[in-house]
Amino acid sequence: MSAVRPAVVTEDLPPPPPARRMTRARALGIALISLWAVLGVGIMLFLISSLNPELFQRYLPRYASGLWVTIKLVALSVLAGALLSVPIALGRNSRSRPIAALAYGYVYFFRGTPLLAQTFLVYYGLGSFREELQVVGLWGFFRDAWNCAVFAFTLNTAAYQAEILRGAIQSVGRGQWEAASALGLSRLQTIRKIIVPQALLVALRPYGNEIVLMIKGSAIVAIITVYDLMGETRRAYARTFDFQTYIWAALIYLSIVEMLRRAIDRIERRLTRHLIR
Amino acid sequence: MDRVLTLLSFGREGWGDDIAAGVLVTISLALATLPFGLVVGFAVALGKRSEEAALRLAANIYTTIFRGLPELLTLFLVYYGAQIGVQQLWRLLGGTGGIEINAFVAGMVALGAVFSSYASEVFLSAFRAIPAGQYEGAYAIGLSRWLTMRFVILPQLIRVALPGLSNLWLILLKETALVSVIGLSDILRQTGIASRVTKEAFLFFGIACLLYLVLAMLSSVVLSAIERRVSAGGAPR
Repeated sequence: MSAVRPAVVTEDLPPPPPARRMTRARALGIALISLWAVLGVGIMLFLISSLNPELFQRYLPRYASGLWVTIKLVALSVLAGALLSVPIALGRNSRSRPIAALAYGYVYFFRGTPLLAQTFLVYYGLGSFREELQVVGLWGFFRDAWNCAVFAFTLNTAAYQAEILRGAIQSVGRGQWEAASALGLSRLQTIRKIIVPQALLVALRPYGNEIVLMIKGSAIVAIITVYDLMGETRRAYARTFDFQTYIWAALIYLSIVEMLRRAIDRIERRLTRHLIR
Repeated sequence: MDRVLTLLSFGREGWGDDIAAGVLVTISLALATLPFGLVVGFAVALGKRSEEAALRLAANIYTTIFRGLPELLTLFLVYYGAQIGVQQLWRLLGGTGGIEINAFVAGMVALGAVFSSYASEVFLSAFRAIPAGQYEGAYAIGLSRWLTMRFVILPQLIRVALPGLSNLWLILLKETALVSVIGLSDILRQTGIASRVTKEAFLFFGIACLLYLVLAMLSSVVLSAIERRVSAGGAPR
């Protein structure tokens, strides 16, 4: 008989943490993260090494004005598109066949063709009707690339927004309409106080996505000689052949889009905090 | 009217054959991008739902970048960036003279990166729609992880993801128009040349729009046929 061994207390000790084994997924994850890190550091080093105060002084104001043009373009066309989208959405739901078909055709055309082709159609294409436009007095408007861009973008986003609006209104249950009319609310009151507040909640995310898509899509106006952020970038690159011009533009676009996405997330969470999820 | 028909005819006088070549370029670019985008998108989706935090982060960085950048800028970054990169590598290896990056390949890479980051979101939400019991059942009858994925999860996943992917295909088809800017002779570039030469801009850009519409309609027909086919074998939902 050997000496009495002390009893090992096991009950109070927590179980040992599971060993972090090096799985294949883990190795791959670390490899990919390192790849991103190398890329990020590389870009940063590139930007630092090619830092050129003269270039900065020259192009910083231009980038700022380009950014302002982009924001103006998107804000103007999204707002005008929102106005235009209301009759289109109503037309889509109209009981009259020709009106519904017309609205459907509008939406199908603008959602089915590239924004770039639509912009060309307006900017270059309307030049074919120069005489007619001059007669109506609109030629001065359509001769300008900026006006054409706003016009094309408005028509385009109106088609998308009409579908968002329609979907959002349809998502409000029929019972809401019935309850409102049972309470004796007029049609206008029902729409304003019952339907729209609920529909906007549903529409918030798609509207946010549409704004993001417009910001990204607006880059193509650079091709028809509007000097938005992309246009200024292209001009700067054409003059300096310095690739950092594009990298700066990418950083600016990325941060705008990411900020906007986060803001929309926040707003949505705030507005839907009464809903059980 | 005669003049319009002459302009659109297939021959020396008309632009029909040039535009038809552009249609082929657009279709082949979209078709070439699709498999690349689907595979990368699926891999990124797998990364996003991995248990490894590092893998999730890497996948999320990928989608944040390519969903946040304008497609046109992505295209320029790939086209000019690759040009500079390859050129420097070529010099480093002792090569002389310049190297041209193929606009088709640049378009494929840029559009594929954008497509895949959106596709990964579609796949991810499709994964969420598949109950955990499907995995448990498959493991219980002794299927390996790969076999489970191949024979149990993927067939259901495709059915759920198909509407979202169809939508992405239609978007891809429209986005191919951007490559006309870096000189690829797609529909928009060919019609643009025609409109400059003939001064009939509205006619030719109108035709470009109509061609994109026709492509979208044809795709819708094919996609809904695929959708019917895929959902035919499944249990009613």
